[in-house]
Amino acid sequence: MADIVPTAAEDIPSAEVAEVDLYHAKSWWTKYVFSQDAKVIAVQYSCTAIAIGLVALVLSWLMRLQLGFPESFSFIDASDYYQFITMHGMIMVIYLLTALFLGGFGNYLIPLMVGARDMVFPYVNMLSFWVYLLAVVVLVASFFVPGGPTGAGWTLYPPQAILSGTPGSEYGIILMLVSLALFIIGFTMGGLNYVVTVLQARTRGMTLMRMPLTVWGIFVATILALLAFPALFVGAVMMLFDRILGSSFFMPAIVVMGEQLSYSGGSPILFQHLFWFFGHPEVYIVALPAFGIVSDLLSVHARRHIFGYRMMVWAIVIIGALSFVVWAHHMYVSGMNPWFGFFFATTTLIIAVPTALKVYNWTLTLWRANIQLTLPMLFALAFIVTFVNGGITGLFLGNVVVDVPLSDTMFVVAHFHMVMGVAPLLVIFGAIYHWYPLMTGRMLDEKMGKFHFWVTFIGTYTIFLPLHYLGILGVPRRYFEMGDTSFIPDSAQDLNAFITVAALIVGFAQLVFLYNLFRSLRHGKISERNPWKAASLEWQTAAYPPGHGNFGEHLPVVYRWAYDYGVPGAPDDFIPQNVPNNAVAESHAEAPSAADDAEAPRT
Amino acid sequence: MKKGFGVAFMLFLVTAGTVLFHVFSPWWWTPLASNWGYIDDTIILTFWITGVVFVAVLGFTAYCVLRFSYQEGRRSEYKPENKKVEWWLTGLTSLGVVGMLTPGLFVWNEFVSVPKDAAVIEVMGQQWQWSYRLPGKDGVLGTTDVRQVNDKNPFGINMKDPKGRDDVLISGEDLHLPLDKPVKVLLRSLDVLHDFYVPQFRAKMDMVPGVVTYFWFTPTRTGTFDALCFELCGVGHYAMRSKVVVEKEGAYQAWLKKQQTFAQSLRAAEKQSGAESKVASAQGSGNAAGGGSPPLVTGR
Ligand code: HEM
Ligand SMILES: [Cu+2]
Ligand SMILES: [Cu+2]
Repeated sequence: MADIVPTAAEDIPSAEVAEVDLYHAKSWWTKYVFSQDAKVIAVQYSCTAIAIGLVALVLSWLMRLQLGFPESFSFIDASDYYQFITMHGMIMVIYLLTALFLGGFGNYLIPLMVGARDMVFPYVNMLSFWVYLLAVVVLVASFFVPGGPTGAGWTLYPPQAILSGTPGSEYGIILMLVSLALFIIGFTMGGLNYVVTVLQARTRGMTLMRMPLTVWGIFVATILALLAFPALFVGAVMMLFDRILGSSFFMPAIVVMGEQLSYSGGSPILFQHLFWFFGHPEVYIVALPAFGIVSDLLSVHARRHIFGYRMMVWAIVIIGALSFVVWAHHMYVSGMNPWFGFFFATTTLIIAVPTALKVYNWTLTLWRANIQLTLPMLFALAFIVTFVNGGITGLFLGNVVVDVPLSDTMFVVAHFHMVMGVAPLLVIFGAIYHWYPLMTGRMLDEKMGKFHFWVTFIGTYTIFLPLHYLGILGVPRRYFEMGDTSFIPDSAQDLNAFITVAALIVGFAQLVFLYNLFRSLRHGKISERNPWKAASLEWQTAAYPPGHGNFGEHLPVVYRWAYDYGVPGAPDDFIPQNVPNNAVAESHAEAPSAADDAEAPRT
Repeated sequence: MKKGFGVAFMLFLVTAGTVLFHVFSPWWWTPLASNWGYIDDTIILTFWITGVVFVAVLGFTAYCVLRFSYQEGRRSEYKPENKKVEWWLTGLTSLGVVGMLTPGLFVWNEFVSVPKDAAVIEVMGQQWQWSYRLPGKDGVLGTTDVRQVNDKNPFGINMKDPKGRDDVLISGEDLHLPLDKPVKVLLRSLDVLHDFYVPQFRAKMDMVPGVVTYFWFTPTRTGTFDALCFELCGVGHYAMRSKVVVEKEGAYQAWLKKQQTFAQSLRAAEKQSGAESKVASAQGSGNAAGGGSPPLVTGR
């Protein structure tokens, strides 16, 4: 039998995992609104993130309209444009992607995938969502205060961010900083939960090296966030002091429009260090969960184990660690001591090695696989394309001297949209198509899905690929309009108009996706149990979709890694993680929960 | 048609399309007008190395999709690791990274090492305009202090520094530079971050209030070039423009002669304010600005 089960060599540790007392909701309110169930919190997080993400999407249309057809829209002036880019960037990065990956997918998947009944601190977990919601409300409020939201760019660089030459410097910037501080507080509550749950609440047999890569990605990303966000937090508080109390943390002596201000002695570059000490890990806070999830999507839908699992885990850990020593690659031309360039260029390019290895291993997973071209697989493939493209341009910007002409051009905008905008979003879409049946018991509509996929993939690629070349030409980012510039040919304007049209079409496809999400709730095809025949634990629950407490009376016991696909000699092409050695010879395709109540009596 | 053909074909199309777009793009960098051809070379090298990886990885993916798309009853290969492949890939990738980083750092070393004979000039940014300052006859820029900025002294030149008196000041006009002479550009801002950039020169650096930053280059082509602000500095950011004129030594000297020095501008301001105050009232406040008094000896 041993040859059938290559990964089931070791014994299950005999120590029982003590079960936490589950919180049981007593009323409709505590079940659906002030819920402490991670699955409900996940849905709350996801819906809020998607809702605010739609605002960012609409802002991107307005920006694109201005760039594509300058001087055609009298309702967009320069202040508006700068407010749009700022809110668009900040919402996309923080309030959509970070919240969706960690608060949404983290909450839903961690307990289910490690075999826990819930997060370890459910009450704090609930608070996390409500503080996040408050942060979003404060953010939205800034659209309605006098002067409007801040237009300082999502990097919020002082002195500009708090001076009158920037829109929203009266109230907008204050609300932005307060909202960020709230977000960080809320995130910390959730983040501690994710980390402790992974470390302490894994079920019997779920060793760290048997966890699905999704959990690894989210786990390491959360650790990064817990270490990185405090830098942003102090930066935000210090800037609030500068703005409200007149302190001078980031403010040197300056003259604005001929008027001497009373600040003196502060350092604008200090803020940049704080911001990017957070900001670079932030890139990986978004990327690592995407890495993890896409690994699982590829493996499940290619019906093959992930290639080089251990290398994949170590790559995640190493990338996470290195991401704390590269931050100043965003500051090569900031005026910091130029000698730092040598150090940060070297560390930055070193990160490329584990990152490239991950890409190789994804593609090698497809080698001699049995690839099902389902929607999640399509999105995963599209992720590989956009991520390789965006990763490659990162090697340009990381190589200090190459960054000199390219920094603050459209090349940068194209690069980060490809690598941390489009690529992770494609993973999110793939993940939603993949786990929607688990959450709702219904499948998303395939036809609408195909439409959504092709328009989004090809559309975003056509938007951002040519943008690199405008950057190489020298078109700056954050320009309300180019006006007359001798080195920019008229054709650049035609290209901009074309990109705008593409952006509007892509935007439309997202509305189709939303419609699909809502429609399928009621009208989607009923999903059979474990429709993708996945081996990881979240599909092996007693109830389908999983109910309160996740698993049946007994927690599952794990006997193998999450990637036993195509095991030679086994009756099915996959063996769920909770199937013991002596049951391998039976088929598990029909009743994935067969082994669920065999072991581990509840204490 | 084989299953997976459509998707593999699209992947192939995207890959080939990207390469073709790169080759035929009408949008490409502006013709170089400085000594920083090395930067362009490094970019080209990076394009080659990463381009090969791009085509290889995506080509391989497309091939897998075509070759291994689903067949009922087929099993995928069970081979969780392959140390040899993984080490080879690590090695090759590291090689590629070293191949890009080494020339990159070499050129960066040039970039931060200013030649001894470089002429020093100053570009000053403020919302939303550029001004320039050239050392006068003494060849040295006077020291500055934001606190001394006022109507008569918009550059904040230290009134007590004799070296500042002969500085040539240019506000609201183009900057001229002599051809083929290395220049060290000192960058200073009065208010927020700015960044002075002429794409044809390839070199830029932010200007940060409170400190003086720099970069250097040698103009290698005559002409008039657009200078833009490349660091968000408020609503007027996109309109913060100027021009740089690179010309032969003779033309440059002729232009330089016509420019005003700090001392001259103070005298002009003096005269004007003197005239104004005579008209306004009989009260004399002639020497209050200190403009006419001889400079005191100062240390730097
Ligand atoms: C198809 C969807 C999108 C379109 C059409 C789009 C378009 C734009 C445009 C036109 C700008 C301003 C460029 C400039 O003038 O500097 C911008 C900035 C930005 N976008 Fe997007 N975007 C999209 C999706 C995303 C996503 C998913 C992210 C998430 C990472 C994102 C993050 C940002 C950031 C961080 C900025 C910079 C803001 C700043 O300069 O302060 N965008 N986007
Ligand atoms: Cu970074
Ligand atoms: Cu600017």
